[in-house]
Amino acid sequence: MVVTSQDNHTTAVTPPSGAVAATAAPSRRTTGSRRSRFAQRTAPTRSRAARRMDLPFALLLILPAVAGFAIFYAYPTFRGVYLSFTDFHVLTPPTWTGLANFRELVHDGVFWHSLGVTAYFVVLSVVFGTLISLVTAVVLHRVTRSTTLRGVILLPFLISNVIAALVWQWMLDPELGIVDIALKHLTGHSIMFLGSGGWAIPSLAAISVWKWMGYYALLIFAGLQTIPPTIYEAGRVDGASEVQMFRRLTVPLLRPILAMVVVLTVINAFQVFDIVAVTTEGGPANASNVLQEYIYRKAFRQFDFGYAATMSLALFALLVAVTFTQLRLSRANESDLS
Amino acid sequence: MAVTLAPGTAAAPGRPRPVTRRGPRRATPGRIVAWTYLGIVVLVTLFPFYWILRTALSNNYKLATHPSSPLPVGFTWGAFERALGIASTAQAQAQGGSGASLDIPLYLRNSLIYASVQTVLIVLFSAAAAYAFSRLHWRGRNLVFGVLISALMVPGVFTLLPNFVFVKDVGLNNTFAGLILPGGLFQAFTLFFLRQFMLGLSNEIEEAAIIDGAGPLRIFLRVVLPMSSAPIATVSLLMFVNAWNDYMWPLLVTNSPATEPLTLALGVFKQSSPQAAPDWAGLMAAALIAALPMLLLFIAFGRRIVNSIGFSGIK
Repeated sequence: MVVTSQDNHTTAVTPPSGAVAATAAPSRRTTGSRRSRFAQRTAPTRSRAARRMDLPFALLLILPAVAGFAIFYAYPTFRGVYLSFTDFHVLTPPTWTGLANFRELVHDGVFWHSLGVTAYFVVLSVVFGTLISLVTAVVLHRVTRSTTLRGVILLPFLISNVIAALVWQWMLDPELGIVDIALKHLTGHSIMFLGSGGWAIPSLAAISVWKWMGYYALLIFAGLQTIPPTIYEAGRVDGASEVQMFRRLTVPLLRPILAMVVVLTVINAFQVFDIVAVTTEGGPANASNVLQEYIYRKAFRQFDFGYAATMSLALFALLVAVTFTQLRLSRANESDLS
Repeated sequence: MAVTLAPGTAAAPGRPRPVTRRGPRRATPGRIVAWTYLGIVVLVTLFPFYWILRTALSNNYKLATHPSSPLPVGFTWGAFERALGIASTAQAQAQGGSGASLDIPLYLRNSLIYASVQTVLIVLFSAAAAYAFSRLHWRGRNLVFGVLISALMVPGVFTLLPNFVFVKDVGLNNTFAGLILPGGLFQAFTLFFLRQFMLGLSNEIEEAAIIDGAGPLRIFLRVVLPMSSAPIATVSLLMFVNAWNDYMWPLLVTNSPATEPLTLALGVFKQSSPQAAPDWAGLMAAALIAALPMLLLFIAFGRRIVNSIGFSGIK
């Protein structure tokens, strides 16, 4: 269908129907003058005709994407909302229970504990992640253009969370881990990084920062490249120190990028799962039982899908709220660069 | 505020000073501090990679005797042999392996199928849709695009469970179709990214192609796709890395060795090994094998990946 309509349309415009667009670029050069004459004569009628022809073809092209959106994004979103009002254990159809899940949620101590643990993880990984990425990006930007160095920093981003978690768990091992041995050597003390209630979340946050730092640093680096160097020259002329220029020039001019990085880290951190699932599985004694881990265990260990959906909905609402607040507070879309 | 002030004051007297400053800036204390900082960052970034290698080349029993040795302890390829399933059970246990085998070649195959098929599909479908949303003119175009892009707002967390239920209902769990399709048909980021690029293409070449008698399909295949090869390559790389490293979705929809990707197998392997003395050497060897394709990609396309990060974020 599409093919025929397109053929009609092409024959109407140009006589040599065999001529293909395969060599579009050269043909543009060789037929330059002819083209402009043609274009002027045929443009208005052609474009209106083409617009009509475009629709079926466009629909065909977007069909897979629209299907994917409908089946795997729109439908599950609504279904997720629906399931959160039901009692659902996968094998039997869901039964409507109204607000029962939400009532359970309010009184579920483990949920609130998980929320606290997740928030703790978010704060640690966002604060340290953003700070270290920012400093790294700025230092990189000031002293070198080396793509290799930027590449090296990006390396942890390319490996999976699972591998990052495995190698750090090995390095933090309380008996044979190199970090622990070095620590014992230096301070005489040993720390149960992933095995103690107090250190589990900070250790996980450190692994997460290690994994993502390079990625965010490069995002910030790209932002730095949009700041015209003349501004720094001007700052230097005015006698500003590097630190002053960082605080008074870089940070304000970088605000949109920084806001984006913070929003991204927050959204990612709230959904942390892989590292926890591989290393601590929420332990010891729920000390690292982040929300995703709890949701996963409710759904796939206890098969309480209705309640798991309710918690997912709560997490979703929380993410939306946090994102909007952040964008509001950070005035993300305004840069002082004008 | 400081910013708006600076350029004005800079205009008149400032010219010579930056020039004279530039010479001795080579080894100022500031630069030394900066390079020291970068050195530490690089060290912390790279050390775990070295430690993977060092552990993977060690004998798992002897690891305990020299835990802080910077070089492999009791150098052996045994861990790789265990990870690849070449070693016999007796051999494996003699070197501190658990005897539990991890059929890496099989999981490697699964990971390859999952990551490459999903990448091809998502890039193809996103490019097609991006073309329709950028170069073709039809009523409702922007409205439909806006609806699709709203998917960016919904976090993965929320659609995971219902998607799992759906995939299970239609009997696609433990199949590659169930693994691949949810991320293979539509992802808001790829669509958005490619559309942004295609919007910026100049009209001239396209018009020339129309004059030469090309319809929209030919223009898409022979003009717009080749011209978009750079962003398509970028997006393909990012998608491949994402799929290769994916853990949670495979964890939900697969639990048979026939479809499990490597990341999942690694995680499960670690959990199933006895708590007292995990086979760290074997695990690290397996991790290295799993990370190898990413490291190769990195060596081959490092520059492109590095540059793509910037423009993936800034749009």
